[in-house]
Amino acid sequence: MAASADEVHAAEPAGPNHGLRIFLIWLPIALAADLVIWFVWGPHLPPGNMSTSAASQQFDIKVMSVMAAPVMAFVLVFIGYSISVFRHRDGEDEDGPPIYGNVKIQATWITVSSVIVLCLAAFGTYELVTPSAAGAGAGEGPSPIWKPNGTTLQVQVIAQQWRFTYRYPQFGGFETTALVLPVGEPVQFNVTSLDVIHSFWAYQLGVKADANPGVNNIAYTTPLHTGSITVRCAELCGLWHGAMFNYGQVVSLSAFKAWATHTEALLASVTAMLPPYATTYDPTVVPQINKAMVAAGITGAAGLYYPPNDPVQP
Amino acid sequence: MSLPARIVALLVAFLAVAAGAAFLVVHYFLYDPQSVSFGSGVTADTGATVHVVLQEDPQNTVSTHPDWVSYFIRDPQTGAWLHTTNFTVPAGSRIDVTIYGYDGCTPLRNPYWGRVTGTIGDVEYVNGKPVTQLNSWSGCTVAHTFSIPGIGLNVPMASPTLAQTVKPGLCSTSPCTSGPHEVMTFSFNSPRVTGEYFWQCRIPCGGGFIDGFGGPMQTIGFMTGNMTVVS
Repeated sequence: MAASADEVHAAEPAGPNHGLRIFLIWLPIALAADLVIWFVWGPHLPPGNMSTSAASQQFDIKVMSVMAAPVMAFVLVFIGYSISVFRHRDGEDEDGPPIYGNVKIQATWITVSSVIVLCLAAFGTYELVTPSAAGAGAGEGPSPIWKPNGTTLQVQVIAQQWRFTYRYPQFGGFETTALVLPVGEPVQFNVTSLDVIHSFWAYQLGVKADANPGVNNIAYTTPLHTGSITVRCAELCGLWHGAMFNYGQVVSLSAFKAWATHTEALLASVTAMLPPYATTYDPTVVPQINKAMVAAGITGAAGLYYPPNDPVQP
Repeated sequence: MSLPARIVALLVAFLAVAAGAAFLVVHYFLYDPQSVSFGSGVTADTGATVHVVLQEDPQNTVSTHPDWVSYFIRDPQTGAWLHTTNFTVPAGSRIDVTIYGYDGCTPLRNPYWGRVTGTIGDVEYVNGKPVTQLNSWSGCTVAHTFSIPGIGLNVPMASPTLAQTVKPGLCSTSPCTSGPHEVMTFSFNSPRVTGEYFWQCRIPCGGGFIDGFGGPMQTIGFMTGNMTVVS
């Protein structure tokens, strides 16, 4: 009959307190790791702090890392301690005592793990809900749960093989290849596609939202600093996917207004050719293009530009 | 099965798989149509003028995809039309482009690309007349675009009229030498930074493919290619 853990411990001579030793080794390592992560590494973690969503993501990664580092340190310290102290020595040919469970250790392990995971879940949820993060830069679909307070600058992101264009409905609905945003103003990106699936990834802003045809995928952010933004497509979208990128700018509010007003006037004749602003950009349902196709005699079975059954994938 | 027979069978199977893999790599991954060199003898970064001539056809009867729309490039040495979309120009030069448009109209998915950008003066000349934008949704007058995103170049290509499309009808043998067509000319400055700049058409002219953006639209040698800028 196997001995219980308590019986085995009672039979053994009093030895060193391994738990205390491991704790004393682990504590300074965990403390040092957390301090380095928070103060040295943290400020340089991607995606930076150019916007509320980017700063929120950086803060979240710092918190997650600070929580995870002591756990990882404990595992590594325990492995190192076991290899060093509990290793097989010459002359020790007998098996170790059969031990079945340790209620105290198991309870501690489960409790600590549960507390950490639940706290991080609550923290993550709060980070999504808080108005400053408002979804933490991710696409929230056409009906966002979390919205920033106040009015937002509307920017429609239209992905197409292999370029992003941007429409500004509050400035006459002009469309341009330039992404310019004002600092300190909440922005609502209405992300869509007019062909295949793309993904709008404004790296420094911490914004990433899938661009799906026929869908308005909404993402929020508020730029905190002026500077340059790199926009890339983050969804394999065809031959020149790797070249589907552009650069944007975050400028002062006055500079943005001057740019928007100037561009609206400059592109007025082009804007007149565009379809009326809508949150999605689907050529199959735009009346003007279907009219043009009918006039050209290029129609499918349903008389539409690209009816569902034509063309088909060969 | 004897041991030698097994070894032979294994070797044959291995060689068959290796040959298949090699065919895929050579035929699909490494295939790149020839690049036509313009401005040979021209010194880069001097602003010298180089003349590039292309045509876009409603088909490509010299390829294995005769029903795919296609661009062709004229060899500056021989004057022959070549089935390729790659060309080389010197850096820092003025590039004068002439494009013969033989294909019929198709509306743009996004009429924004009806605007001429990136050319000298942001203008193109259609049959000699200056044009700054073409509305493909009113009258169906645009066949393709010639766009180099890396330098902000976008030029819509005008198409023959709908009446001409019916009679006498579009050119049906590539490269086209007769039939109704429009002549587009424009100029742009090649970048001073050497390298490859891809170009593409923005009209969804890949008929038979989802959204018209497959087939020739995604194949170098048809409706997209590379402009290589050399020093």
